[in-house]
Formats: sequence, structure tokens, C-alpha cells
Amino acid sequence: MLTQTSAPDEDLMSLYQEIILDHGKNPRNRGIVEDHTCISEGRNPLCGDRVTVTASIDDSNIRDVRFDGKGCAISIASASMMTESLVGLNRDQATQIFESVKSICTEDTANSQRDSQISEKLNQRLEKLMALSGVRKFPVRVKCATLPWYAFMSCLEGKSTATTEIASWPRP
Amino acid sequence: MNAIAEKSQLPALRSFDVSSVRSDFPILSRSVHDKPLVYLDSAASAQKPQPVIQAIKHQYEHEYANVHRGAYWLSETLTDKYEAARKAVRDFINARSDREIIFTKGATEAINLVAHSFGKNLGPNGEIVITELEHHSNIVPWQMLRTQTGVKLKVVPVTPEGDVTLEAIKAAVTTNTKLVAVAHVSNALGTILPIKEIAEVAHTAGARILIDGCQGIVHETVDVQDLDCDFYAFSGHKLYGPNGIGVLFGKESLLHDMPPYQGGGEMISSVSFDHTEWADLPAKFEAGTPPIVPAVGLGAAIKYISSFDRTGVARHEHDLMVYAMECLEAINSVRLVGTSKNKAAVIAFVVDGAHPHDVATILDRSGVCVRAGHHCAQPLMDSMGYPATLRASIGMYNTREEINALVGALEKAREILC
Repeated sequence: MLTQTSAPDEDLMSLYQEIILDHGKNPRNRGIVEDHTCISEGRNPLCGDRVTVTASIDDSNIRDVRFDGKGCAISIASASMMTESLVGLNRDQATQIFESVKSICTEDTANSQRDSQISEKLNQRLEKLMALSGVRKFPVRVKCATLPWYAFMSCLEGKSTATTEIASWPRP
Repeated sequence: MNAIAEKSQLPALRSFDVSSVRSDFPILSRSVHDKPLVYLDSAASAQKPQPVIQAIKHQYEHEYANVHRGAYWLSETLTDKYEAARKAVRDFINARSDREIIFTKGATEAINLVAHSFGKNLGPNGEIVITELEHHSNIVPWQMLRTQTGVKLKVVPVTPEGDVTLEAIKAAVTTNTKLVAVAHVSNALGTILPIKEIAEVAHTAGARILIDGCQGIVHETVDVQDLDCDFYAFSGHKLYGPNGIGVLFGKESLLHDMPPYQGGGEMISSVSFDHTEWADLPAKFEAGTPPIVPAVGLGAAIKYISSFDRTGVARHEHDLMVYAMECLEAINSVRLVGTSKNKAAVIAFVVDGAHPHDVATILDRSGVCVRAGHHCAQPLMDSMGYPATLRASIGMYNTREEINALVGALEKAREILC
């Protein structure tokens, strides 16, 4: 029988590492921020996944972020980890994290993500998000990881929708 | 020459043998991620046999020019081949005339052609009846027509098993119905619709019927005269032919009265700035340089398929589908989606506790290609309550060993994800 039961390969193990599976199965901050100041929906038209991000932003400070929606383990885990990583940051810091996450998901050089240009506080948060780097080996799954982040950025910019088709295709 | 004499000259049919079929498809011997390729996505696009690949290569290497134009041997030669492909399609679906076969760039264009041309005069009091299991290509053109003309769109529901019953069709079709547009076989569930009976219901009400035959043409024998259908649309690439070619069959009397879909070269008999005369069928609907070589490739694909005893092919595909469904049902946490008794070659399923995209990624690393998602049938997925499913679809070249590979890879996915 041609069952191909060899050990799961390293790329898969890196994609589905424990922290991703944990956040995928037990997502944090799922729901809606009751007193949200912005709301945005992210859509991946290729697979039909949708994620709604709500946030409450006071002056420039992010007080709360939640997400709702259905999706694969990668997108749910990414959304869950995102909500944990943004609270307490200001707009500029959130934008910096967003840019770093895009690099983490797409660039091999992201291993050296500890950027001396950004603060220790951000670097600590980015370290956790490095778990998302497993998608680099799976180009079609990059959108799964970045969708909630694009939705959050739309939220931050006061737009109501974000789509991965504009966000990441064609790929750079 | 009469039909019987013509038939007696046909070569004997090749009896179906899967290993010999596999050797006709070069891609099947490759590996993916260092694993043998297990291609279970033929409903999205089928792989190509050597005769199709050779036909395309031959055209570009030896006999390429534009068609219906050049007063020279090369153009005439390719024109003959292009028209021979039309005849091959006509014979394959038993149309009355070559004039009833319109080449398009795909099935989507074929349906859009009907929507733009035949659809022009259906509204605002007319109704178009579709079903819940239609592919987006048999939903969206009608929605666009609704916006333009005000025509009404009625949707026939599917049963929890994924069937479209004749009763449900009868309940939706009224004397206001102008067109019933339904799939022959559901691309998302594999359900075979009772299209001959649906055609009767439509005709009794004075409506026309369009059949989206993308999946049906591959697995069922299609006789458009016996079905008495008005339009039948399909694509070449799911039928082991190249992509970039599709077919619209339409009854000649209907096509004759329909206005052109696009204007340009080829579709006219004379042009002046004051007045233009349309060309006869089928040229009236083939504006511009057509997909010449893809059409020749489709002709080669039809010749290839027709070289087999098709009942043998159908039996193989059916047995394999039943085997796959049994194997999948035996796995804890796998649930089949779409369990109609009348099903063809498409198996949709979900794994409890794992999203289809995650499963498909892991299957891919085992060399197993399946589709994950909404299969361009979002309304159906919504109504059945699944945001996405996995879909394994079977082609004539698939084997039990490949189903076993799918099962093994699913076990691995469950180990990782569940």
C-alpha cells in the first residue's frame, strides 16, 4: 500500500508548531470590542475566509483589539497572536509591528528581525510572532497569516474592508 | 457514406486498463515534494494525455497560421483541422449540425454568451431558474443580467444530501420562466442532476434549458438530441484537453435568432460604415481570431476519450469513487459532504477539528493534490453550513493505490492538526 507514512517534514513542523496550533484551537480575544472605535472586515476571496477586527483606540493608544471569524489554523492563530501583541502600543508602533510581521511571513532575512531601530518593547512582542515565519515555505498560505493584520491596518486607517487580493497579490 | 458504413470503419475500441491509460499521461510519472504525484483534482482541471500534447506541439511546429483567412495552403490546412475539431465535438455530443457548435474560450464565456445574447429579451417580467448548487459561473452572469434587465432569478434549494429533486424544480418553474439554467453534475458535490426530466419540465412551461456540462461531459455520455436541451456548455480543460477552449452547443433555430455576443472580424459577412451583415452560424458567435490550436487540442482529446469503451471508463471511475467514499467514511472524524445516490467522481468531505486548508497543505507535502475551499459554489457551501470543504475528484487515470495514499496522508494530517 502506497501510504507514505514517513515522518512529517521540517517545513510542516515549522508551520504547525505548538504555539500556532494552540492559538488556532484556543484563540484569545475572540469576539467584538464592545466600545470599539473602529471595525474592519478582512476577506480572502480565494478561500472565502473572513475575519472581522474591532479595536478601541484612545487618542493614539490601542486599548483593546478583538477578532471574530472562521478560518484555518494559520489565520486564526495569527489573528489571536495579533490581538495579544497590539494592546498598549501607539499607532506608529502598531504600524511598525505590521511591517515586521509582513517581513516575518515572507522574507528569509526575517531571522534577524531584532531590529536595533525599534524599541526593546516591540522586539519582545515580535519574538513571539516569529512563530508565523513557518508560512514562508508555503507561499499560498502567506495570505492566511497576513489577512487579520491587513484587516487591523484597515481598521487603524478607518477603512471598513481589506482584501488579500490587493494586499498580497501579485506577490512582490 | 451512411452512418453504419462510417461506423464500421472506426478502429476497435480500446478496452479500459488503468495502467496503460496512466502511461499516456506524462505528468503522472513525476513527483512532488519527493513523493509520487497523486492527482485528485481533475474536477478543477484534468491532466493531458500524450496525443493532446503532441497535437498542440505539431500545430505550432508544422502547421500554424490563422484560420478562415489565408488563401494559402498552410492556412487552409489549419482551417480544416479547426473545423474537424468542431465536427468531433458535434459527433461527441450528437448535435444535428456543425452550426450548433460555438467555440469559446471556456464554459464561463459560453454561459456569458447566452446571458448577453439570448438573455437580452427575457426581462423584466421573465424568470430564470437556477439551483443552489450552481458554480459561480452559472450564477453571476444571471445576476448581472438581472441588474441590466430586471429579469427575476429564482433559486431551487438542494436537499441535505445534495440532491436537486424534480419536485423542487417543478415548484419553481412557472409560465413566467424563460430559462432554466442548471449543472449536469455538481462540481462541489458530484451530484448528477436529472437533466432530461428537468428539460421536460422547462419545455412544458415554455421555457428553455441551459445545462452547465463542465463536469457532466467528462463522466456521462451526452446526447443533446436525446436530452432535448437548448444549450449545453462545457470547457476543454476538464475533458483532458487544453485550457483556453470551451464549447457552447445551442439549437440552431435559437442561435439563428440570437444577436451576436461580440463584434469584430470573422463574425461578419460584410461591413460598411452604414451597415454590417452578420456571418452565418457558427461564425456569428466567434468574433476575432478564435482559440485555434486549443480547439485542435480539444479535438485530439475527444478522439482520445472516444478511443475507449466509455462504459469501462465510467465503471472504473464509479468503482473508485465508491472505494474512496468507503475508505474516507472509515476514518474517525471524516464526514462526507454530499451523499446523493446519483453521484459522479467528486468526493467532498471535512475533517472534524481541522480546517480544509490546513489539511490540504499537509496532503500536498505527501504529493496528494486535492482542492480545499468553497469550490466556486459559495451559496451552496453557505446553505450546507460549511465555510469550506476538501474535494477529491477522480479522473480516468486514478487508482486505488492513490486513494490509499490520500487516506495515509489524511492520517498524517490528523496527527499534526488534531
